[in-house]
Amino acid sequence: MRLVTEHDRGVHIPSAGRVPAVESEAQLRALLTSLSGVDAVGAESRAARLATRSIKKSSKLVAIDLAIAMVDLTTLEGADTEGRVTSLCTKALRPDPLDPTVPAVAAVCVYPDLVAHARSVLGHSSVHVASVATAFPSGRASLKVKLLDVREAVAAGADEIDMVIDRGAFLSGRLGQVFDDIVAVKEACGVSRLKVILETGELVTYDNVRRASWLAMLGGADFIKTSTGKVTVSATSPVALVMLEAVRDFAESTGHVVGVKVAGGIRTTKDAIRYLVLVNETVGSSWLSPDRFRFGASSLLNDLLMQRSKQHHGAYVRPDEFSGD
Amino acid sequence: MSEDRVDVRKTYKLLINGAFPRSESGRSYEVATAEGAFWANVAQGSRKDVRDAVVAARAAQAKWWSATAYNRGQVIYRLAEMAESRRTELGEHVAVAEGIDGGEAEAAVSRSIDRIVWYAGWTDKITQVLGGANPVAGPFFNFSLPTPSGVVGVLAPQDSSLEGFVDSVLGPICAGNTVVVVASERRPTPAILLGEMSATSDFPPGLLNIITGYTAELSPTLASHEDVDGIDLEGAGEDANDLASAAAGSIKRVLRPRTNEDPSSLRRLRAFVETSTVWHTIGQ
Amino acid sequence: MTEHDLANSQLGSLSYDPALESASIARLRASYGLFIDGSFTDASAHERFVTLNPANETTLATVAQASSADVDRAVAAARRAYDTVWSKTTGAQRAKYLFRIARLIQERARELAVVETLDNGKPIRESRDVDIPLAAAHFFYYAGWADKLDHAGFGADPQPLGVAGQIIPWNFPLLMAAWKLAPALAAGNTCVLKPAETTPLSALVLAEILQQAELPAGVVNIVTGDGSTGAALVDHPDVDKIAFTGSTEVGRLIQQRVASSAKRLTLELGGKGANIVFEDAPIDEMIEGIIDGIFFNQGHVCCAGSRLLVQESVADEVLRRLVRRVEQLRVGDPLDKNTDVGAINSAAQLERIKELTAFGESEGATRYTSSCVLPESGYWFAPTVFADVSQSHRIAREEIFGPVLSVLTFRTPEEAVAKANNTKYGLACGVWSEKGSRTLWVAERLRAGVIWANTYNRFDPTSPFGGVRESGFGREGGRHGLEAYLNV
Repeated sequence: MRLVTEHDRGVHIPSAGRVPAVESEAQLRALLTSLSGVDAVGAESRAARLATRSIKKSSKLVAIDLAIAMVDLTTLEGADTEGRVTSLCTKALRPDPLDPTVPAVAAVCVYPDLVAHARSVLGHSSVHVASVATAFPSGRASLKVKLLDVREAVAAGADEIDMVIDRGAFLSGRLGQVFDDIVAVKEACGVSRLKVILETGELVTYDNVRRASWLAMLGGADFIKTSTGKVTVSATSPVALVMLEAVRDFAESTGHVVGVKVAGGIRTTKDAIRYLVLVNETVGSSWLSPDRFRFGASSLLNDLLMQRSKQHHGAYVRPDEFSGD
Repeated sequence: MSEDRVDVRKTYKLLINGAFPRSESGRSYEVATAEGAFWANVAQGSRKDVRDAVVAARAAQAKWWSATAYNRGQVIYRLAEMAESRRTELGEHVAVAEGIDGGEAEAAVSRSIDRIVWYAGWTDKITQVLGGANPVAGPFFNFSLPTPSGVVGVLAPQDSSLEGFVDSVLGPICAGNTVVVVASERRPTPAILLGEMSATSDFPPGLLNIITGYTAELSPTLASHEDVDGIDLEGAGEDANDLASAAAGSIKRVLRPRTNEDPSSLRRLRAFVETSTVWHTIGQ
Repeated sequence: MTEHDLANSQLGSLSYDPALESASIARLRASYGLFIDGSFTDASAHERFVTLNPANETTLATVAQASSADVDRAVAAARRAYDTVWSKTTGAQRAKYLFRIARLIQERARELAVVETLDNGKPIRESRDVDIPLAAAHFFYYAGWADKLDHAGFGADPQPLGVAGQIIPWNFPLLMAAWKLAPALAAGNTCVLKPAETTPLSALVLAEILQQAELPAGVVNIVTGDGSTGAALVDHPDVDKIAFTGSTEVGRLIQQRVASSAKRLTLELGGKGANIVFEDAPIDEMIEGIIDGIFFNQGHVCCAGSRLLVQESVADEVLRRLVRRVEQLRVGDPLDKNTDVGAINSAAQLERIKELTAFGESEGATRYTSSCVLPESGYWFAPTVFADVSQSHRIAREEIFGPVLSVLTFRTPEEAVAKANNTKYGLACGVWSEKGSRTLWVAERLRAGVIWANTYNRFDPTSPFGGVRESGFGREGGRHGLEAYLNV
């Protein structure tokens, strides 16, 4: 008899793995279509089953602090101003001014023309500056314009770039173009980390989400991200499940670790903890780190603070206890 | 010295999209008891009300059909629960509307509630009774499934104010359709009450829409409306032929009245059901 | 790339604090009587037995042991109720009683789930999310048939059989009671139900529900006891119909015993379900489906996917992922909402599982067993997978009825079908492929009463369930499920 050990429980990432070189669109298409399909009913029921996990007491506190540290505190409005960004960055550094034990968030996320200001407020703190780029959110502009967008954000001090893929190209089968865009943006990022937004709400099927995930990872993504938050359908549990499975399989076959960011419509602690459970039971606990998992959110942070406070003090507090921005 | 309590009288309104508006026309008409005494002012529905109701019914239809059959059965059963708990009130209205005594009215209410229960138990069986696999002569898996026509217009029976109303609306609803019904012109209040009960049970907004008013004024709009998929002419009276002709404009499914119908007949269930047949190859 | 080192990533190691459902919600009494003619009554010889919580071997309650005299009383009550009350109750009225029962089960759902988990050992998540909701749904569905029997496809005005004797197993106690009672009552029969010896409690709470629904006395009677109670019911001359769910061995005995009587019989027996995985299966959902197929309810499922037939070209990869997933299963306190796999129902069943598993090893299969830590008291078996199993191995042929999976391989669809059918059983199979035509081709050729495609262990009151060959005959669920209780 061979008793299964802890070793078999894990995701095995080879130290000498290799990301396959993509030499042509035909090769890329062959690789992507050779991926296993996703049965929608099965994926949704797995996600629903994991949503019944009951995370209470000290494990809930651990999860809340983890979630806070994973937040990319975001403002992406046409009406954003330097004042708004200042408030955001202040809150990012110290979410609860009355409680220094609350961790700082992972990053702030802003439009490219506000990066310099964010950088000036955040200085060299642990909070990163992430910038959307590449004609966010639609991505409908020439590659030249999109790359300029990236370079300006990087020059202004962005640590991370959140790009959008060309969904029109993806859905019409021009996979090579989508791939080449990602490679070019990655190059323009220099040392900044690249998050690739798939806009899963527009890709619609789980098969598309799986293929787009692999395409982005092959193109050099450091993170794959669900959504811009600007269309009706954003992050959902089954979509995150499929992306986490893709990240797991990619790590096992290439040795390359890619993170996942879920964004759009994540408002409550309950939502956040559901995603952490998905991460925990799909790719494992070493992905439970801001280096490998992020929440793109704005109002989520206050709900996390409220739940944290309730766990510590026993009573629900008023939303006004925490700053609005 | 004793004082008689002044009671609070009810305003009878339309039911559209889960809400109770007055007619957009602002008009009302008098409904009398069976003996001819004043009973209530009831909203006099207009063509525009019918149009709004059709919009609501259409918006609700896809979602109603996408609920599981089990869920739809439970929703209809809950209406029976509501009606049972308000049976006394229903009985009073049926007695007054139809000019029958209390005992007969109670019996009519009991029959109506049992009829709602009968329909509640049909939602998850229609497919098994009306659908099935077909043994085609080739390597194909072939099956036929009943699906709802969509939005059904109903002219409720003029005389049977509750029992007949229940049959006319729940048949299509049970099969997955949403309904716009013109209630009996002279005996509308039991239907309005049932509408109130539907809105306080689990009926989603737009599933059942009730317009009161003059049948002859309202029925042509419903019969000729191109976004209505079927029409039940039970309460049409002499206008039935003209309405059937108007319905032909968009090839509506038309249900004509029948006398002496067997209560266990499935005609109302089948009338607004389409059959969709799928072929799938079988091979390695 | 990340700054963290590329170490192996532990799955599921964010620890979850215990999230215990409260046992007191079950409101258990210290002792329960028999339910005969509408009220609870002691056994005539005052004999009692104990029912245990298999997760920790503590006593939950004492229960009456029905003797043949008690079975006589119960059948007499059922007969009287049939002749004087139930056969004169219209379908519409019967329907309303059944709808009441369905609603009451929904209202008392949480209590019933806790009772079921305490008495059976299954995880609270399963009792709460599967057993109890399906039981309510079953009553709801059959309620709707009671006044529509003319439309059931058995001709006009089909009549009931009379008194039904129903014997149910311990694996889904309340759900099996619902599967038996709901169609029988809807069709107009009265019932004497005999729950399994190790799991009597949820049926007795159901008896309270029947009282709350004001079901006329004697329409349903519940006699608790061991095998002798069941035998008395099977042999009783005034029972018109026997319905049995349990092992093939006992089913065979029952069939022999009623052979020389006029009693109608339906049997739902054992199985050795084949879960067939083709190379184009949707891989992650397939792994979940295999896990669900054999570890759901601790594998105490007649239709369990206890044989994995995997296409050879993907066998290694599937096995690797399967073992990884097995390691992730949370085995432990059934009352913990995060538990995936609960306790084995009894010491006897645990012995049987151990015995057959030992055979697996001695026959040369390769054993993988989860490294989970098992609790010290109670009946526990760690989820196990046997690879390199061949058709002739005992673990490929005999029903283990526990959390043990046997893995075999095949090369072509025809070979998969041949191997799947190479059994005396024929209850359920699974087929995993993204190619619809092949799935349908395989399904046509499988000798099984239930075939799941890209899913497993899905149940619905509208969907007929039952086996072929030595898995039994008759169907439960759907329009077909009425046939067993009508004189047609």
